[in-house]
Amino acid sequence: MPRTVDDSLFTETPDGTALLGSRCDDCGAHTFPRQGGCPRCTGTAMADVALAREGTLWSFTVQGFRPKTPYRGPEEFAPYGVGYVELPGQLIVEARLTEHDPDRLEIGMPVRLEMIPFRVDEAGEPVLTFAFAPAGRS
Amino acid sequence: MNAPALAIIGIGIHPFGRTEGVSGRAQAVHAVRAALADAGLGFGDMQFGFGGSWSAGDPDTLVSELGLTSLPFMNVVNGCATGGSALISADAAIRAGLHDVGLVVGFDKHPRGAFNTDPASHGIGDWYGETGLMLTTQFFGLKIQRYLHVHGIGTDVLAAIAEKAFRNGALNPNAWRRKEISAEEIASAPMISHPLTQYMYCSPGEGAVAFVVCRADRAPDYTDNPVYLSGAALRSRRYGSFEVFSPWLALDAAQSPTVDAAAAAFAQAGLTPADVDVAQVQDTESGAELMHMAETGLCEHGAQEELIASGGTALDGRLPINTDGGCIANGEPIGASGLRQVYETALQLRGEAGDHQVPGGPRVGFTHVYGAPGISACTVLTR
Repeated sequence: MPRTVDDSLFTETPDGTALLGSRCDDCGAHTFPRQGGCPRCTGTAMADVALAREGTLWSFTVQGFRPKTPYRGPEEFAPYGVGYVELPGQLIVEARLTEHDPDRLEIGMPVRLEMIPFRVDEAGEPVLTFAFAPAGRS
Repeated sequence: MNAPALAIIGIGIHPFGRTEGVSGRAQAVHAVRAALADAGLGFGDMQFGFGGSWSAGDPDTLVSELGLTSLPFMNVVNGCATGGSALISADAAIRAGLHDVGLVVGFDKHPRGAFNTDPASHGIGDWYGETGLMLTTQFFGLKIQRYLHVHGIGTDVLAAIAEKAFRNGALNPNAWRRKEISAEEIASAPMISHPLTQYMYCSPGEGAVAFVVCRADRAPDYTDNPVYLSGAALRSRRYGSFEVFSPWLALDAAQSPTVDAAAAAFAQAGLTPADVDVAQVQDTESGAELMHMAETGLCEHGAQEELIASGGTALDGRLPINTDGGCIANGEPIGASGLRQVYETALQLRGEAGDHQVPGGPRVGFTHVYGAPGISACTVLTR
């Protein structure tokens, strides 16, 4: 797989790359990224879990200006979508969206995980991050 | 109504905005001297100090300018609740019987543009900032988008809220933005984070506020117009609340820290939101004012649209909100912002707000701040 923004965020599954989170063995709470303590029951029995690759859009916005550092995207700025995606039975994850036209985004729409390039590294190779793309009506 | 412990007997402010060549500390000294003059006291009379600043220096070093009297002076740094936390600390010190009269001060001076925050300081990986997710402006867009959807509220109200902020700011000589801007111009300004435009957001700025406070039962010895801190509470977030810089949220939603802090402040005061005559709520952007109107209990969720459209939150409305122009017209110097709300409320209760005075002699005021990393501080003020 090409270089990612942070390999610890991801895991390979038979269906493709998924986000790697934690699940509390005691109370079932999920987190992303992984963490050692449970924010709900305060226990420490967290186990790795692959998060669902499909969900529904829970909220969205569009980033309208180039962020200051520590942002490392291209100097030439293009607006990008950002959303929270509900992964049923797990959690609501924040992610970039492949769509940045607010008129084509709607809370409740189905979305699917994709790996997208967000910058080019020193060797000219793309660096990937995760994003959700509209999955169409199914 | 429950008996208060603390009275505000002197108020001072340095105008908000940008004051080139005047440090944050110098603005704080200006505000302190104004508060002392208002109380008719000198710095030598102060038995303690609590001071807050995010990025303009250590408040306790103000003594080198104000006077080296050996008083205990504590620095309070608590994000957007810095000012409220300083006031709550003073209240606790007086309740404990440690002191009778002292000083509370908050000040700040921030550079232009949005705050840029290091993910590591929030325990988040570098990837979050590198990929362009670590922005407060973005969070507010995401939060209000969800809120409008859940409560069936249209986006027009966002411009109406900012229009009111600039209208009130134009009447306030201490405000930064003193020019009215129409709702149409606000709605058509550059989109920062959909559905919020440039003029719907406040900006980091500068300013200072100070109070001389004393034991409530001693207030008549100093002044004939004391303002009482009847309730004051600070709360942090619960599991499931929707806060800034959250790579994930829990499926089981919890109420915001604002709900907890407001309820605690009202309970301490022995009053309810229905008793409030004038309110200042955190309006980091228009959507924040909308959400906080309901989270504080001042109105029902979904009732804001009608209240705002009918002029209910204007200076002469039935629930005037952000009567000094709020953060949108004053900017947000973090250490001073919460105390600005208390200053404005004190002015209103004393009947000294001039062109932005709420009519009818308000007796109960309410203030609310909310911010990173999911904290809220509220006060109930009475006369």
